[in-house]
Amino acid sequence: MPEKIKLALAQGATCSGCDIAILDLDVELLKLFEVADLTFAPLATDIKFKDVEAMADGEITICLYHGAVRNSENEHIARLLRKKSKIMVAYGICAAYGGIPGLANVTSKKKILDTVYEDTATTVNPDHTRPQTHHITEAGHELELPELFEEVKTLDDVVDVDYVICACPPTREMNVKLLNVILDFVNGKAPLPPKGVILASERTLCDECPREKPEKVVIEEIKSVDYTKLDPEKCFLEQGIICFGPATRAGCDAKCIVVNMPCRGCMGPTAAVLDHGGSMLSALASIIKVSGAETEIPEEEIAKFMEKLKDPLGTLYRFTLPKSLLKRVVKE
Amino acid sequence: MSYPKLEDEKYKVAEKVIKIAPATRLEGHAQISVFLDDNGEVEDTYFQVVELRGFEEFCKGRPIEEMPRITTRLCGVCPWPHHLASTKALDMAYNVQPTPAAKKLREAGYCAHMLHSHIAHIYALAVGPDFICGWAADPAERNIVGVINVVGPEIGKKVLVARAHAQLIQEIIGGKATHPIFGLPGGVSQSLSKENRKKIAEMADELLEFGKFTLQVVDDFILKNKTLVDVIVNKDLYYHETYYMGMVNDKNELNFYDGQIRIIDPAGNEFSRFGPENYLEDMAEHVVPWSYLKMPYLRKVGWHGFKDGPDSGIVRVAPLARLNVADKIPTPLAQAATDKFFEVLGGKPAHFTLAFHWARAIELMYAAERLKELIEDPEITSEKVRNIPTEKPTVGIGIIAAPRGTLMHHYECDDKGLIQKLNLLVASSINYPAMNLSMKKVAKAVIHKSEVSNGILNLLEMAFRAYDPCFSCSTHALPGQMPMRLNVFNSKKELVKTISR
Repeated sequence: MPEKIKLALAQGATCSGCDIAILDLDVELLKLFEVADLTFAPLATDIKFKDVEAMADGEITICLYHGAVRNSENEHIARLLRKKSKIMVAYGICAAYGGIPGLANVTSKKKILDTVYEDTATTVNPDHTRPQTHHITEAGHELELPELFEEVKTLDDVVDVDYVICACPPTREMNVKLLNVILDFVNGKAPLPPKGVILASERTLCDECPREKPEKVVIEEIKSVDYTKLDPEKCFLEQGIICFGPATRAGCDAKCIVVNMPCRGCMGPTAAVLDHGGSMLSALASIIKVSGAETEIPEEEIAKFMEKLKDPLGTLYRFTLPKSLLKRVVKE
Repeated sequence: MSYPKLEDEKYKVAEKVIKIAPATRLEGHAQISVFLDDNGEVEDTYFQVVELRGFEEFCKGRPIEEMPRITTRLCGVCPWPHHLASTKALDMAYNVQPTPAAKKLREAGYCAHMLHSHIAHIYALAVGPDFICGWAADPAERNIVGVINVVGPEIGKKVLVARAHAQLIQEIIGGKATHPIFGLPGGVSQSLSKENRKKIAEMADELLEFGKFTLQVVDDFILKNKTLVDVIVNKDLYYHETYYMGMVNDKNELNFYDGQIRIIDPAGNEFSRFGPENYLEDMAEHVVPWSYLKMPYLRKVGWHGFKDGPDSGIVRVAPLARLNVADKIPTPLAQAATDKFFEVLGGKPAHFTLAFHWARAIELMYAAERLKELIEDPEITSEKVRNIPTEKPTVGIGIIAAPRGTLMHHYECDDKGLIQKLNLLVASSINYPAMNLSMKKVAKAVIHKSEVSNGILNLLEMAFRAYDPCFSCSTHALPGQMPMRLNVFNSKKELVKTISR
């Protein structure tokens, strides 16, 4: 029996769904625990920062870091775990691309503070109190809070990343594949795969979509899901519903499509694409129905068409804003 | 070695401040600071939530119909209550009623979610490690792996399979177990096929058995151990007389998906009740400078700091609160378990914080029974799962009983249906003042003369774990650098200087 490897599950600005995704290995977890000791994993174990700090560099075999990097503690954890781990994985769309928390890159610090601590309907704050990075209570107790960054960052903005696993959250199938990579490595059957994206298809969701593929898709008008009767067989784009299939990496088993809802892009783009939103926009541009020749779309028609896309930024960059060409968009 | 291990070797700490970071077996980021006086007695403790993300602000400008699929990311441990509170808020915003089949599907998926959440917390996160391994067990084994080692792989497997069933049911109904997608104003995106109904019905039967099994585990591993029970019912430790709040139907019976919110006072009398339209009359939040999380309280009582009793607006939510506020549990096995619960704990309301765990096991039983009822209802496979709205959305408020307490989503949108205002009052945050209260009391009771042990420090963490907090949920604020203000006090605790930037 080879020596057990050490596995860490570290967290940044996260919903913890990635931790749950590991738990979703269910009975396969027993296999994982046969070969791996779970070390630092705040959701599941009692290993504290001081225990990790006491470890030798590289003592942890593999660290799955989930969540974006948006405050000093997130960054500290990322750096500490990078130092102590042989392999660092950006696990889930937030660590890899910013995810939904990355949408915070559309607003300013001041607006957020005012909203959360003043303007929300239930808040009662006559003294205009704000959380402080350093505070001494009336009893003289000194307390610290992490400092929040100006913008949401991805894991590879702060440390070197070995592998990336996208999705929100990674599926059970992806985790089983990851588990097998670990098992093969521990048992000496195969070396670890080269640095880069692993466990992901390079095809797009459209390539793997269970719906009937139309010869040519033409959108006359963009529609929203709330008022539209959704046809369970027909391509969403053909129905006028924005679906991120053409721009999004496959490998999620089209779970949203299966329950008759369009893709919102939580797998992120394929490796060939630099900007997820840009890629979707280009796909959209190629299927707009136009009156004239395709080379001369009248501007008013484009404007009229795009008007129906009510929230372009939040739709096109739903999961990838911090890793897009835009990175941050703040209207003052 | 024998389990549970409840005592370990003490050591003296030299420092005046004991810091536990990160707080573990917790969803989200938090830390604990314990301040000692010159004699090594506890002056105070602070349970700080150290993280924020920013949903209330960055959801502005997003289309209201997308909110059920954005707000799930508040929390990956309990995405379903967010998804459904959000979907219910859409029903109200578009002024459209979901079809009966859609309502049943939402509730059935939700029961499965409750099952997954409660199973994970009971077995993997809290009761298993702290009560079955023991709170003083080696920290390296005080976790799910340690639990499997103590109870054996057979029980371990049984638990993992039951949880997997619960996850699969959610996926079949909602699209994904973690981050469901099927909610739409007036219904859901897809009906349930007869084939899938059969699959779910088979799993529901197994989950019902698993519910019974879990109550048996509570009996065998906890209630039969006198030392554990003595700690649970020790009024000097995990005990606070507070208000309670939870969802009930029109007969004051427990329901997770729909109903009114009922509040009882510490003596057990009904204090108030509200629906989505008037939640602001009862709920308010206080801001403290030492945590990113606000402190919710009952507006009609007011915020009076960290104390319990009828004069404090601190209110508790989640399983213990729900059993306290409901007159009845509408399924037989869960009702029988509830009768025993209040008998052992000396009546209703029960104020013992560690009894949250037991109440959670009873809710697991209820969720399994209710799931079976719903899946056996022939209407659940009806194809009428949507009423398509005809009106423009305006204001929507959705309330649901989340695994961790009462959850409220409040949206206001503009003429185009883009969010202008958003308020989220999240289950775990409602229990946050009480968690601080519990921790202060336990710390003062168990730490003396600067002496602590691993087990003693874990007793402090058990004070928050009873509530099964999820701070991923609660921390929906912001990026950006915080303004900083440094208050300097002299030895008489008078403010001498304030430095700010």
